[in-house]
Amino acid sequence: MSTLTLVRRRPGFRALRVSRPWLFYICAGFAAMIVVVALLAPWLAPADPNASDLSAALTGPSAAHLLGADGSGRDTLSRLILGSRTALLGPAAVVVFSTTLGVAVGVAAGWRGGWLDSVLSRSSELMLAFPGLLLAILFVSLYGTGLVAPIAALSLAYTPYVSRLARGLTLAERQRPYLAAYRVQGFSNWTICVRHLIPNIGPVILAQSTVNFGYALIDLAALSYLGLGVPPLTPDWGAMVNDGQSAMLQGQPLSAIVPCLAIVVTVVAFNVVGEHWADRVANREDARS
Amino acid sequence: MSDVDGASSVASASASASASAVSSASSVDSASAVASSGAVASSGAVSSRSAVRSASAASDVWRFAARRAVELAVTLLAASFLIFSAVYLAPGRPETFLLGGRSATPQALAAIRAHYHLNDPFPVQYWRWLTQMAHGDFGTSIQYRAPVLHLLTARLPGTLMLIGMAAVLVAVLGIGAGWLSARRPGGVVDQVLLVLTSVAVGTPSFVAAIALIWVFSVRLGWFPSIGSGSGFFDMAYHLTLPALALSLYWVGTLARVTRAAMLAELSKEHVAVARSRGIPERIVLRRHVFRNAAGGIATMSGLTITGLVVSTVLVESAFGLGGIGAFLDSSVSVKDFPVVQAISLLIVTVFVAVNLVVDLTYPLLDPRVRLGARNSA
Repeated sequence: MSTLTLVRRRPGFRALRVSRPWLFYICAGFAAMIVVVALLAPWLAPADPNASDLSAALTGPSAAHLLGADGSGRDTLSRLILGSRTALLGPAAVVVFSTTLGVAVGVAAGWRGGWLDSVLSRSSELMLAFPGLLLAILFVSLYGTGLVAPIAALSLAYTPYVSRLARGLTLAERQRPYLAAYRVQGFSNWTICVRHLIPNIGPVILAQSTVNFGYALIDLAALSYLGLGVPPLTPDWGAMVNDGQSAMLQGQPLSAIVPCLAIVVTVVAFNVVGEHWADRVANREDARS
Repeated sequence: MSDVDGASSVASASASASASAVSSASSVDSASAVASSGAVASSGAVSSRSAVRSASAASDVWRFAARRAVELAVTLLAASFLIFSAVYLAPGRPETFLLGGRSATPQALAAIRAHYHLNDPFPVQYWRWLTQMAHGDFGTSIQYRAPVLHLLTARLPGTLMLIGMAAVLVAVLGIGAGWLSARRPGGVVDQVLLVLTSVAVGTPSFVAAIALIWVFSVRLGWFPSIGSGSGFFDMAYHLTLPALALSLYWVGTLARVTRAAMLAELSKEHVAVARSRGIPERIVLRRHVFRNAAGGIATMSGLTITGLVVSTVLVESAFGLGGIGAFLDSSVSVKDFPVVQAISLLIVTVFVAVNLVVDLTYPLLDPRVRLGARNSA
């Protein structure tokens, strides 16, 4: 079974990755830059992201505000820089939780089989009936706005994709002689799975998780845009788009367009990197089997 | 999934058993026919055999449809249970939740408990809620103090029209762009479309909405940026930008899927045979390539519909349209839970129904495919 087909990916990026390695380097560089900016955000931001300078409200770029200010006179550049923190932290949390949970569920289902497999596969199928955004909205309506409820919801919503992949890989992997050898030597199931099986299927799963990162970023930004994500004063790209929309209708588009661009470019960058990685991992896997 | 596969493989096994029984009978038949008079009679035996086989395939389709429908009904039931029990899993007691955070006197709380039957055991409450839902009684909105069903039906036409327009756009632009790319892979058109679809796939629908509003309604002033209009044509005019924003991501996705499916088909031998027979290229593409690629494209279209339904939340909020999606957003903000429950159930139902339709059309588009063995794109 080819692992290339197992990794769920965005069809749009498939053609980009193969022929153009320079695109991968640009995107990897950009992704690294975003991470550095997010780490150093408080020192890089030229102004307090929540300080409102009403004289600068609805003005274009100036020396004081390089990317202009939004409708309440808050510096767009500073909000953009500090917004990169929630933009990366949220999806990262989703990816970590969904990967951990998905691997646990998938490996357990694939390794044990039997009733456990049917129960887990059935519940994954049920989860797939809830689109991620809908589940997040449901959670927010129950537990209130903030980052915790959406992250928990999206982690749950993305788990089936990881667990299906992990289950498939486990089923393929447990046929291999080295695992049979460990079993014959009397290693416990736990040891075999944790020390040998998971490290071997890890790269493929991480490639899927990198692709999921882009989806999670879009979903979280969408929630913030709806006002259901981050708390009001936290700078966030999705919330900035929402704030900037009224300024845009009054003819000052920068505070809405800049975060839009940031979202699109970051998503594209992380996806190209993920696709490239998935490709390399899958190629290696194909060559080995 | 394992259950489904097991069940359908059993079905196909029985089908092939009956088919082989038929074929062995008719082979006896044809043997005697060949012995008596020759080729004409044997061809008649072949056609009668295929008629028998298609009849058994038709009953197979119904059996498969029934099984799949039952399965999806179970999914729906489980989903409804999750949606209903969510209120009880939430922090705080349900009656404070139903009050929407307002404080109330103990008498009022008791009245609410009585009105919503909160003193009944949980399964009784769930059963009451479920039967009410099945009878079209979706409860009462806390925010509007009106039946949820009326609130939903008032908002449904706009949302349906938006989704319909977006679906048409996705089908026409997505398949069209994929087709254009597949005509000359690696050519200029293909390269340009590749860049365009890649941007489309990386753009969330609310970002697309902002970009479209800026260009077409603020700068150019061609389209309104808010409101949904009245009357069919005015509505279509108001919904043009929202439909574009809604469809952009899926146009890109469907274009890529169409291109990939058609390219996979183009490399097959039957296409080379068709070309070598001198069949014009556009007929080769239409009859030999696209027809065979249609199955995968249909699977993707099913996903598309569900995605469109969920994304209406964003697009309707961005364009200030009073549809179901915006209603969900505003209801979540004020914790109007009966509305949230009803809309969530509606979306999950659409998801389940679309899946059923895709499962059933797949073998129609590609008769070689065994029922239930649709490959996930």
